[in-house]
Amino acid sequence: MTNKRSIISVSNLVKHYGEFKAVQGLSFEVYENEIFGLLGPNGAGKTTTLEIIETLRDKTSGEVLVDGLNVDTDANAIKQIIGVQLQAAGYYPNLNLVELLDLFAGLYGVNVTPMEMLAKVNLQDKAKAKYKELSGGQKQRFSIATTLINSPKIVFLDEPTTGLDPQARRNLWDLISEIRNNGTTVVITTHYMDEAEQLCDRVAFVEAGKIIALDTPDQLIDNLIASGFERKKEVKAANLEDVFINLTGKEWRE
Amino acid sequence: MSQPYNHTKATLALAKASFRSITRSPSAVIFTLAFPLIFIIVFGFIGGGGMKLDVAVAPGSDLQNPVIAALEKTGVIRLTKNDTQENIDKNLEKGAYDALISVEKNPNGLPAYFTNVKYTSASLTNGNVLKSVLNDLTHQLNTVNQKPTVTEIRATTITGRLHRTIDFILPGQLGFSLLSTGVFGTAFIFFSLRQNLVIKRFFATPVRRSSIVLGEAIARIGFALLGALFIIIIGHFAFNFTLINGVVTVLNMLVLSTIGIIVFMGFGFVVSGLAKSESTIPPISNIITLPQFLLSGTFFSINAFPVWLQPISRALPLTYLNDAMRKVAFEGANLWDVKQQILIMLFWGIGIYAVAVKTFKWE
Repeated sequence: MTNKRSIISVSNLVKHYGEFKAVQGLSFEVYENEIFGLLGPNGAGKTTTLEIIETLRDKTSGEVLVDGLNVDTDANAIKQIIGVQLQAAGYYPNLNLVELLDLFAGLYGVNVTPMEMLAKVNLQDKAKAKYKELSGGQKQRFSIATTLINSPKIVFLDEPTTGLDPQARRNLWDLISEIRNNGTTVVITTHYMDEAEQLCDRVAFVEAGKIIALDTPDQLIDNLIASGFERKKEVKAANLEDVFINLTGKEWRE
Repeated sequence: MSQPYNHTKATLALAKASFRSITRSPSAVIFTLAFPLIFIIVFGFIGGGGMKLDVAVAPGSDLQNPVIAALEKTGVIRLTKNDTQENIDKNLEKGAYDALISVEKNPNGLPAYFTNVKYTSASLTNGNVLKSVLNDLTHQLNTVNQKPTVTEIRATTITGRLHRTIDFILPGQLGFSLLSTGVFGTAFIFFSLRQNLVIKRFFATPVRRSSIVLGEAIARIGFALLGALFIIIIGHFAFNFTLINGVVTVLNMLVLSTIGIIVFMGFGFVVSGLAKSESTIPPISNIITLPQFLLSGTFFSINAFPVWLQPISRALPLTYLNDAMRKVAFEGANLWDVKQQILIMLFWGIGIYAVAVKTFKWE
C-alpha cells in the first residue's frame, strides 16, 4: 500500500426505505488496488451501500464518488469502469456460458473472446454448459468472469463465497487475489472472518447502517488484544478447517 | 474503453441472446408453431370435401336400375349396398345414415320402378337435401326424350375461386399464434428476467432500458414472423392455402403480423407487471387470450355467433387481425384496403401500451 490514492469515496451516505433507516451516515474511502471488505451481520446495510456505489440504487443523501465520478451525475460513466457481481443474480435463460459472455460484451460495448474470459476463471471446459447446470463455485467464478469483461477499475463482489465448500472458497480467494494483483480494486462483502482476515487489505465493520470500525485486519486484531481481550480457549496451532483441508486435499472438485 | 458506448450494439446483442433463448424454449416453439400447425392439419384434412349424404340401400333392393345408377352419378351421395337391416335401423336412429332407400321393379308395367325412401328425424337437414336431389333426379328420369311444356331451367355455374376450409382456418391460426407468442412469451420472459435479477445485472452495465425492451421486441417479432412464414408456406404447399397475389400477399400478411405481434406484446408487458408469481402468469394470460381465441373468428365466422355476442367479438383486436388477414390472403386486398382494421389494432396498441407503461415493473 505505497500508493494510497482513493478510488471510492463515500461521505455521510444515508438511505431510508420509508421508515426504515438502512444506512445512517456512512463514510469511508477505498484505496486503489486494494481488497476492501465490508463486514457485518445480515441487514446491516452492506448490500444497500454496495448497490448505491454501483449506481443501482438511489441514495437519500450524502456523496459518493467513484474514480472521481459522481453517482448522481455520472452513473453511466461509472458503470463502464466497474464490474458488478450481485448476490443471487441469475442469467438470461437457455443460453450457454459463451453466449452469455457474448451478450455481456455487447452490453458493455467491448470486444472480448469468450474463451479467454472463461480461461481467466478456469471454466473453459464448461463453455457449452448452461449457467444453471454449474456447481455453486463454478457459478460464482462465472459471475466474476462477467464482471471482468469491461476490464474494470473496480470489481464489486457481494458475498461471493457464501454456500461454497472449503476448497471452492480457497480457490475463489486465489482468483480474487489474482484480480487485485492485476491492478483491479476489489470491494467484497462477506460473513466469514477467516476469509476477510486472509483476503482483505482493509475491512470496515458495518452495524445498523453505521461503520463501527475500519482498519487493516491485523491492526483491528492488535487493537483488541491491546484492550486486554483474551480468548477463552487456548488457541491451537491448527483449526478444524485445516483438518478438513488436510484430509480432503486442496484440489478442488466439481 | 476509448471508443464511445454503442447503444445499437447493446440492443443487437440483447436481440441475439433473446432470439437464441426463444428458439430453445419449448413453450415458445409449441405455441408459435406446433399448436397452429396441428389445427391447420386437422382442419386441412377434414375440410374441402364438400357435403356427403350417407344413404343405405335396403337389402333385397333391386340394384340394376336407372335410379341407383343416377344416384351414384351425383357425387353427393354415398351409397352403402351391403349392410344388414339391423345395422341400418340402428344407424338410421343415430343419424349415421341420412336415409334408407330401396328400389323395386313394378311387375305391372308403368312406372317401371318404385323408389321407397325412409328418412330419419336424426338427420333432417341432410334428409331434405336428399329429398330435393331425388325430386330433381326423378324429374330428369321421367322426362327423358320429352320436350318440356312450360319451362326448362338452363343453369350454368361460373368457375369462382374455390374457398377451402384452410383459407378460413389458417389466418385464424396465424392470428392466434401471434397472440400467444406475444402475450405468454413476453409476460414470462420479463417476469423471469425481473425475478432472477437478470435485469438488475443488466442495469449494472451501461445499457439503456429502451435497449432492453427493443432488443427483446426485435427477437420476438423476428421469431413470430419466421413462425408466420413457416405456417403460410406449409399451408400453401401442403393444403393449397390461397395466396391470391403470391409473394406480395405473403409480404402484406407479414406486415399485418408485425402490427399484430406488437399490439399483443403490449398485453404481455401488462401481464408481466401484474403477475405476483410465475404461477399467476398463465391464468392472467388466459383471461386475455382465451376469449379472443374463441370469439375473434379463429375457428368460426363471428357472423355465426348470437347477435348479443357479436359486439364483444367486434371489440377484440384479434378479430380485426383475422379479418384483415383473410381479406389480404383470399380477396387480394392491399394494406390500404384494410386500413380500418389496421387503425383499430393501432388504437388497441396505443391503449394497451399506455396501460403497460403504468403497470410494468423493472424490479
